Amino acid sequence: MKRAGFTTVSLPVFLLLPQLVIIAVFFYWPTVVALQSSFYLQDPFGFGSTFVGLQNYADLFTSREYHRIASFTVVFSVLVTFFSLAIALLLAVKADKILRGAKTYRTLLMWVYAVAPPVAGFIAVIMFNQSWGPLTQFFGMFNYTYLVGVNFNDTAFAMVLASVWKQVPVNFIFFLSGLQSIPRSVREAALIDNASAMGRFWDVTFPLLAPTGFFLLIINITYSLFDTFGIVDTVVKGEPGNNPMTLVYKVYVDGFRGNDLGGSSAQSVILMVLVLALTIFQFRLIDRRIHYT
Amino acid sequence: MSKTTLISVAASLALTTAATAQTEIELWHAMGGALGETVNQMVENFNASQGDVQLTPVFKGSYEETLTAGIAAFRAGEQPNIMQVFDAGAATVIGAEGATIPVQTLLSENGVAFDIEDYISGVRYFYADSDGKMIGMPFNSSSPIMYYNVDALEAAGVSAPKTWEEFQETTAPALAKAGYIPLAQSHLPWIFTENFHSRHNLPFATNDNGYDGLDTKILVNNDAIKAHFTALSDWKENGLFEWYGTGWGDNQTPFEEGKVAIWLGSSGSFGGLAKKDLGFDFSATFMPYWEAVTTEPTQTFIGGAALFAMSGHSAEENAATAKFFEYLSSPETQVFWHKETGYVPITEAAYDMAKAQGYYNEQPAAEVGIQQLSLDAGDNTRGYRMGFYVQIRDVMNREYGRILTGETSVEDAFQNIETEANQLLARFAKTQG
Repeated sequence: MKRAGFTTVSLPVFLLLPQLVIIAVFFYWPTVVALQSSFYLQDPFGFGSTFVGLQNYADLFTSREYHRIASFTVVFSVLVTFFSLAIALLLAVKADKILRGAKTYRTLLMWVYAVAPPVAGFIAVIMFNQSWGPLTQFFGMFNYTYLVGVNFNDTAFAMVLASVWKQVPVNFIFFLSGLQSIPRSVREAALIDNASAMGRFWDVTFPLLAPTGFFLLIINITYSLFDTFGIVDTVVKGEPGNNPMTLVYKVYVDGFRGNDLGGSSAQSVILMVLVLALTIFQFRLIDRRIHYT
Repeated sequence: MSKTTLISVAASLALTTAATAQTEIELWHAMGGALGETVNQMVENFNASQGDVQLTPVFKGSYEETLTAGIAAFRAGEQPNIMQVFDAGAATVIGAEGATIPVQTLLSENGVAFDIEDYISGVRYFYADSDGKMIGMPFNSSSPIMYYNVDALEAAGVSAPKTWEEFQETTAPALAKAGYIPLAQSHLPWIFTENFHSRHNLPFATNDNGYDGLDTKILVNNDAIKAHFTALSDWKENGLFEWYGTGWGDNQTPFEEGKVAIWLGSSGSFGGLAKKDLGFDFSATFMPYWEAVTTEPTQTFIGGAALFAMSGHSAEENAATAKFFEYLSSPETQVFWHKETGYVPITEAAYDMAKAQGYYNEQPAAEVGIQQLSLDAGDNTRGYRMGFYVQIRDVMNREYGRILTGETSVEDAFQNIETEANQLLARFAKTQG
């Protein structure tokens, strides 16, 4: 195939300019400002400030509470990612087999995708309402007093449940299209070789789904780390208290509630490094090992 | 261009100039729901009362959100003329000298008579600087008071407790026996920490509760409050107290539903409760105190929020702001606000007017807040001034929640609060450098 190319440098640069400007104004500039303010402790109104070097970072790394929140974030992300993927995969495999009413079934499953995270959180708040929530009453049947907003684990469970429920449809769509792109000939060959449906799934279907699966893995980790903000915020009702929270929510709590700009900037820089590591991981390790068809 | 178009352009120009002859100013506030409607009504009344100033109220969300929005706007040079800031944000806004015009200066520069002695004693100095100069105009001033279900107390054959000892030994067991949850409260840092200290006249922080300097240390790790929280968790275990989480409403609802007999809330909750059809009679009285700590209980801190005049506006707009403050502090406006919401009237004149109208004969519970704020003052009852206090409250809420869910001990919790609060105070001191 013949490679098309520009003969001069100026034209491509000119064509890229609008995009570059947008990236610079909305991404690089805020990043630089965040990095800079993470070395200062400054008056919120912008009057006084003191250069404190790495003090903001040191305070975070020695804070027992920050460690607790970081561990919770890891557990939360693992749970949300695992269950959103597992449930979606199960549903996709089942949906793939259905012939009659398949469209209705798929549409119904995808609906939830349109729900915004704060709304998903709000639905969880309603379902777990302390005095009349249906799920609270459900747990009450087993003599368990479910107290969202009071008990740490109960609140964490409500957050995980809402986050998984919200994410399953996205994964479902991807898994389903992944399944449908597996050639019929391969499946039929597998049918002859292996009689057990379970065995066929693990030996043939699952490896062929790997590109989709790894792509979704990264998407879901990012989702559980960042996009669950709205769910966390509505479930804790803006009052952190003794409730569980994620690292992103902590950035908001310290920066936007507490007006601690330096400490909050340091936390967002830490998160930026985390995202950078995830991105490198995705491109270096995963893209090399997975073969896209 | 046709003649008619020219005329209409000229006419619209004339209209624009007529409109700009009125000074337009903006107020950012955090009063949602019924309170927000009352604010809008008050502003409408103000706009109708004169022709020079047009005030626009803008609801900005919670207290925290309003403060953050105001700060962001200030940094962008887009600040409103007036911003409502709550008690916990006072150190932030007053610390940033130059962000606001002290209300005392604003009023006297614009020829409005100002005498701090006109204000009731409880509200005078909370939003003042260390020299006693008033910086923010007290707006929705409240104090935590004890609401009780009259029917429940009658059924149990008890009266409202004056002391926590009485509650523990007599009131609570009788209420529990009558099938009620005896006690709930809506804000542990405000009611059981800040006002616990002022009610018992205990120092809350060094440097005269933080007013006299930035190198302040919190004094919250003391035996009196630790004993109080030990009692609270015992009561919770024995069904004499219930905690429904950190949210305000989650703790108020069970009282409104008639499950909880005594609820500690804000004097500003009165208006809302009175408007609801509760299905039982309620009344209110002073916050109880521990006789073991003091036999001479003192007044509580003023809570709620104040209005701050933001700097960076023209002299004309500042004059308009002063005009609104004058209107706001007039006895008529204060009585209207007091009756609609339950927030206390901020001046002696307004209090006298409400008394003269016989309002407290109809609604004795509405007077409790102002009476409690007018109790004997002590060395530690003027208020407190601590930076990053929103975060300090978050730390308290977190540790208190852990005490009440059995995740930590009272001793460890207060140790943590002291350590983390002092770290935050030291960090705040550096932001002012």
